[in-house]
Amino acid sequence: MTEWWTYRLSSFLLFSPRIYWRLVESYNRDIWPAQAVALGAGLVLLWLAAVPRYGGARIVAAILALAWSSVGWAFHWQRYATINWAATYFAVAFWVEALLLILLGVFRPGRPAPEPSRRQRILGLTLAVCGLLLYPLAGLPAGRPWAQAEVFGAMPEPTGLATLGLLLAGGRPHAKWLCVLPVLSLALGMATLWLLSS
Amino acid sequence: MKRRTLLLRLLPAVGAAGALAQNAPVARPLTKPIPSSNEQIPLVGLGSWITFNVGNDRPAREQCVEVMRGFFAAGGRLIDSSPMYGSSQGVIGEGLQKLGAQRQVFSADKVWTSSRGSPQIEASRHFWQIARFDLLQIHNLLAWQEQLPLLQEMKAAGRLRYVGITTSEGRRHRDMEQIMRSHRIDFVQLTYNLVDREAEQRLLPLAQERGIAVLANRPFREGALLRELQRRPLPAWAAEIACTSWAQIALKFIVSHPALTCAIPATSSVAHVRENMAAASGPMPDEALRRRMAAEAEKS
Repeated sequence: MTEWWTYRLSSFLLFSPRIYWRLVESYNRDIWPAQAVALGAGLVLLWLAAVPRYGGARIVAAILALAWSSVGWAFHWQRYATINWAATYFAVAFWVEALLLILLGVFRPGRPAPEPSRRQRILGLTLAVCGLLLYPLAGLPAGRPWAQAEVFGAMPEPTGLATLGLLLAGGRPHAKWLCVLPVLSLALGMATLWLLSS
Repeated sequence: MKRRTLLLRLLPAVGAAGALAQNAPVARPLTKPIPSSNEQIPLVGLGSWITFNVGNDRPAREQCVEVMRGFFAAGGRLIDSSPMYGSSQGVIGEGLQKLGAQRQVFSADKVWTSSRGSPQIEASRHFWQIARFDLLQIHNLLAWQEQLPLLQEMKAAGRLRYVGITTSEGRRHRDMEQIMRSHRIDFVQLTYNLVDREAEQRLLPLAQERGIAVLANRPFREGALLRELQRRPLPAWAAEIACTSWAQIALKFIVSHPALTCAIPATSSVAHVRENMAAASGPMPDEALRRRMAAEAEKS
């Protein structure tokens, strides 16, 4: 397609806010109580990132890989793709991130990464707390019910935010490569949410 | 008594009749001919952009069926969709099947791919649950050099009735003009409404000259135009053309252009589809009133 520059961002929003949030609500209902399990796993990740221990970084990467592959399958591929054809590509991107987390995070090839600075650790942990604990509450002030809450391990944006934070706090080797897809996913998710609320 | 005054006095009666209209037989909509065949189609159709993309949401799918029921009950025929519109095609197919409306519908879909068009068209037809499409259009002129011969071939083989091309929001008008001049096509679809009137300059006169039917998309600018217009009271002249809402004014402006064949507003509301279809009947604005309508909209 030519003349991409003549399109507005809203030209790519294929569905109404009502349908999107009902889809999230229905998805949350279908996968319950997976959200509680994911949140528990997220708290373990936070603890492992805050109190580093031998092998902890590999466990963090493995759990994050599981979260990314689950969101790719259960949300993007199975649900979101029913109203947004591009979600099939998002699903593939999420599986690529899961694979990268296993290859670069679990197997950790190459030299060990330098310890993160104190500032980087604080920033990382703050982002992780936002993704894990604050993001699910973000819809409440906008009047969205609990049933439409977006939770780490179930929805893309809190998963992306928590992943970024944990990668920053952990000082992983190849962390910058692991951050690319979470940043892109967050940018896309934020643009979608902005369009849905405007 | 002046005609306008008379109409204003009649307006309450018109309103009362409108209130009863939900259960009363609906007036058949006015039609215009497709120039290449002289087949008549109603002036107002039904778009499906966003409104019919409801995924597997069961209540929303049922609501879409009700919208289609209201549309067909009011004499509507042309429904427009695209592979780009998410689940819309499947939702339309389910509605047609439930309502038994496969024979009544004038099915207008699109091909939207830069690779081979046939598999996509076949998938679309499967979603619609129909034997063949009435109209296939090249969505936003994507790979039109490849897709146009395919559609012409399908038409020649009797697997398609009409061939068209589309654009929206004023894009690629030069390319559209070039295709209209150099190829035999039955339909063009473009954006035309109270404020987006660029097509009046070249494309609409050319469509008349070349005998090409015109579908108008984005008649309400995805609702933004109506939200703007609805801030002010309905002008007194609305009664002259039997309009009881800004939506009807916007639609009558579009379909009263001599080159326009059909406007395709999208909605997920049964009340709105009835309101839209009512714009396809009654008196239409003359050129002088059309200018006033556009001037009123320009105040936005």
